[in-house]
Formats: sequence, structure tokens, C-alpha cells
Amino acid sequence: MIVAAVNAGSVDQVFVLAKHALLARTPDALQPLASAIISIIPLLVVFPSLFAITTVLERKGLGRMQNRLGPNRVGPFGLLQPAADGIKALIKEDVVPAAADQLVHFFAPVIFVAAAFVAYAVLPIGRNMVIVNLNAGVLFFFAVGSVVELSVFMAGWSSRSKYSLLGAMRAIAQMISYEVPLVLASVPAIMQAGSLSTVDIVNAQAGYTGIWPHWYLFTPWGIVGFGLFLIAATAESNRSPFDLPEGESEIIAGYFIEYSGFKFALFFLAEYLGMFATSALGITLFLGGWSAPLGISLFTVVPSYIWFFAKLLGFICFFIWIRGTLPRLRMDQLMGFAWKFILPMALLNIFVTGLWRFLPASPLNSIRWIVCAAVLAAPCVVLSMSLKQKKKLLIRTYHFAE
Amino acid sequence: MIGTGILKGLAETARNFFLSYVSKDRLTTVQYPEQRLPQIEAARNFPFLVYDGAEWDAGMRCVACQICEKECPPKCIFIEKSKDKKPDAVGKPQFYPARFDIDISVCMSCQICVEVCPFDAIKMDVEFDLPTDDRFAGLMLDRHKLSKSNEYYHEIHPTEATAVDTALDAERAKAAAAKAAAAAPKPASPAATAASAASTPKPTEGESK
Repeated sequence: MIVAAVNAGSVDQVFVLAKHALLARTPDALQPLASAIISIIPLLVVFPSLFAITTVLERKGLGRMQNRLGPNRVGPFGLLQPAADGIKALIKEDVVPAAADQLVHFFAPVIFVAAAFVAYAVLPIGRNMVIVNLNAGVLFFFAVGSVVELSVFMAGWSSRSKYSLLGAMRAIAQMISYEVPLVLASVPAIMQAGSLSTVDIVNAQAGYTGIWPHWYLFTPWGIVGFGLFLIAATAESNRSPFDLPEGESEIIAGYFIEYSGFKFALFFLAEYLGMFATSALGITLFLGGWSAPLGISLFTVVPSYIWFFAKLLGFICFFIWIRGTLPRLRMDQLMGFAWKFILPMALLNIFVTGLWRFLPASPLNSIRWIVCAAVLAAPCVVLSMSLKQKKKLLIRTYHFAE
Repeated sequence: MIGTGILKGLAETARNFFLSYVSKDRLTTVQYPEQRLPQIEAARNFPFLVYDGAEWDAGMRCVACQICEKECPPKCIFIEKSKDKKPDAVGKPQFYPARFDIDISVCMSCQICVEVCPFDAIKMDVEFDLPTDDRFAGLMLDRHKLSKSNEYYHEIHPTEATAVDTALDAERAKAAAAKAAAAAPKPASPAATAASAASTPKPTEGESK
């Protein structure tokens, strides 16, 4: 975490330097503990605040996409709406079903939120700003992410309600189906960087050729990998159009239907934290993490954490845009899309990454580009054509009704 | 090709998003407590009692015949008929409702009371913001709260109120003429007075709507 390249005067490193200054004042025996606490507290402040901002952004953005105003009563332009929502959630009655397994019912949202937070430990949110630089960081991220499924099932099962149990089954079926392509879509970035450490993956993309960054997005397998990752991340965080587990208009809240008050708010918080975390991983793997999008001094003087959060906000706005646009998929479409389209494409993408790696780069970079793009594009077209429903819709006739 | 429909949709929502900041006619939202849409003339919600003249107590058209109370499907009207008679708007002694309560938490706004009233005494109101912190007493409207002037009726339902007024005036003129004719040859017998009182019922129901 402590890198020699710390530039003492730089705004970029102000938080890192502040942490070192604070650590220097603590006794040696307490330093590991103090280091952890100092790193974690800003995380616990910043990301829930981002959640609050996102809720109001989402409601206003969706409103505008439907030619409505969105919330505009609490505070200027309705910006204090999250505070009002939070107070409302806190003072509401906390109803626990009489037949529920009290302990599991209580721990489900807690574990959900905890798992969502733990994933942030390996995400570099700025230069030298990562809580732990694990050498298997990406693996850790996905391992922690699977705890979310456990807490979803805890919530559905412990409520002892058939609806929440069904909701949990649907949610888990979806999450497991999309976890596979999510992991496979991120494998190419790991292959290219040659490391599972998130910090190494970002560092591998931090250079520039001229002014163009070395982001993995700007390779054929990077574009495809990023697209697949984005789709799988949307499904993994239960966002529209893959929000079947909690489709508000049909099954209210799916697996957390038996929750109310602040526990309900915790589920929401955890969902959004999960969305931010997967977005942040997407940024880390394909969009160069905290690195500036162009290698010009105007861009590179901007502190790295600002670039990271700008990219994250871009992701959030994109998710809101998608939510305002697409209708919900059907369950069979959802599963068919995961297993028949995304999974083969992700596997092919891994193969293409290997091809990219071993094709000579120096004389014929454009040929390498064309070959890889063609190997990816042809099956994509073929798959999308063959998966198109050829079923003809006819007027239904009832033979025995007359 | 896969994805073109998605792109079209994204373009559409983006256009909505940006144009909703530019063109005001895209936003159809009415900011309710501050802004209100003009009332549609046919609007109706709960019944009220019409009175003629300046004083609600003296000019009440209702004669406590209790037809509306009997006809009301959810039984939200409660009427107590008076023991004595009071002169009505044209000076004829009439019974009056000693109590006239409508529980608007029960009322289903069917307008049947209005249809059956032979005296044009009960009509539909348009006032809809009736919030109260007492859901029992606050939603039980007594005869004082229910009474609204004929001018108010004209204000909310001008066409209908004019039609009712014309019919009522014609009815009253006919009654006055009959009374004058009856009074001219010989002093009216008590039976004749009763008959003329019973014939007062009322206008042509069709045109009051």
C-alpha cells in the first residue's frame, strides 16, 4: 500500500498522507487496528452517502424520462428526500412474522449489508487507496459476493412465507446463473494483467500510448468482455431489466416481502452497495480503475479518486437510464439469455484473449485487431440470429368451444 | 440484429429526459396544493343541502320528507324530522330537519339522494379536500356544515342550477296562481290547501341534470 511514488505536495495523495500522519501518532501495538479503522470509516461514510444521492438521482432521473418531475418537496429540488426516507424507515414499525425464525430473520439483512461492504476491501478507489491489496483480490470479491445469495435465501426461508420463499428461489436461480458469466467475463482482464490483484490490474492499464490510455476496454475482447460484464452485473445486482426477484409491479419485493421498517431499508442499501461494488469492479477490470481517460496534463492532474467516482457515477446514471428504458424480462428469457448467449460468448472471449496475447503485436496490430474482432463478431451474430424467436403468433382458436 | 431495439429505446428515454427540462408542456404534473386544475362542471363527490336567501337556517329547502334517507344505498344519511313547522323560503309553513347528518366516510357518491329529492334540496358538492384528524366526528357532517347557499350551487354547477331555478320558479308561480284562484271565489277549505301543498312536488327531473 505504501508506494515510493508518493508525491508529497499532490492533492491526489492527501487522504493517504493524512492516514500516515494519523498512524504515526498511534502507539505501535495499536497500529494494525488503527490502520484498519481509519481505512474503513471513510468507506462506511462515503458509500452510504452515495446510496442516498443515488436514490434521489434515480427517482428524479426516472421521473424525467417519463416526463414527470420526480420528488421535489423535501428541501431544494427535493434533494433532502433521502433524509426524509431514512427517518420514515427508522420510525416505522418493525414487523416480524409470528412464525418466522427470529434469529435468521434478523441476521439476513445484516449479513447482506456486511457482505456488500466487505467486497469494497479490495477495490482501489484511488492511487494507493485500497484497504487490502490481496493477491487474489478478484477471487475474494466474487467469494464475498456469493455470501449475498446466502443472505437472500436466509431472508426468504426465515420469513416462513411461501411468497418470500418463492421470491428467494427466483432470486437465487438468477444470481447463480449470472454469477458464472460475471466471473467468466472478468477472466480476460485477469489473463491479460497476469494477476488476480485488483491493484495490479489497474496498474497494468494506467499507462498511455500518446494520449490514449491502455484500458482493456479498447481491445476487441475488452469491448465484448465489458459488455458481458455489464449485462451480468445488472442481473447480479437485481437491476432492471433483470429485476424479476423484486419486480415492484408484480411480486412487491420478492424475498424480502416480510420485512418492514429499517430492515427493509437495509436490503435496499445492500442492493445498491452491491451495484456500486460490481460497477467498481467493472471499472477496475476494464476502465482503468482510477486512471484518467486521456493522457493529457489537464486530465492527469485531477485526483485519481475523482476519476474513480466520476466513472462510478457514469455507471450509476447508465443503470438508471437502462431502468427507465427496458421492460422486465420473462424468467425463461432471463435464463435462456444467460446460458445460451452470455455464457458461450464469455467462453469464446476467453479464447480470443488468448489469441490476442499470442498473436504478434508489433508489426501488424491492426490485423490482430481485425482477426480478434471477427472471431468474436461472427458467433455473436450467428447466436443472436439463431436465438431470435421464430415462433409465429396466431389467433388462438378453441376447437371444442363451439 | 440484436440490440437495435434497445438503442432505439435508450434514445427515446434520453430525449424525454432532456426535453422535459426544455419544454414545459411535456410535464403534465400539476403541483397539487399550490396549483389546481379548473373544476369540470360535471364533477361531484358528496351531497350538500341547498338553502335560499341569506340565512341557512331559515332558507333551507329540505322539508325532512326522509326520502333520501330511505333511498340511500349505504345508509349514510340520518334525518330527524322536526315537531313544529317553520315558514320556508316562500313563507309556507313546512317541517324542517331537526337533524340532518351525512357520514361522508360511508357515502359512496352515487347521487341517488339527489335524484329522488322532490324539493331540489340536496345536490352534489365538488369540495374534495376534507381532511380531518378525527375520522369519526370529523367526517360526520351535520346540517349546518351541509348547508350551502343557492349562489354557491350556481358557482359550482351553473347550468344545472339555472335549470333547477327555472323549474322551481315556474312551480312556485303555478302554486301562487292556484292559491290566488282558490282564494278569489270562496275561502279555501283546509282540504284544498292540503291538496295544493301535496301537488307542489316537483319539477321535471330530466332537465335538472
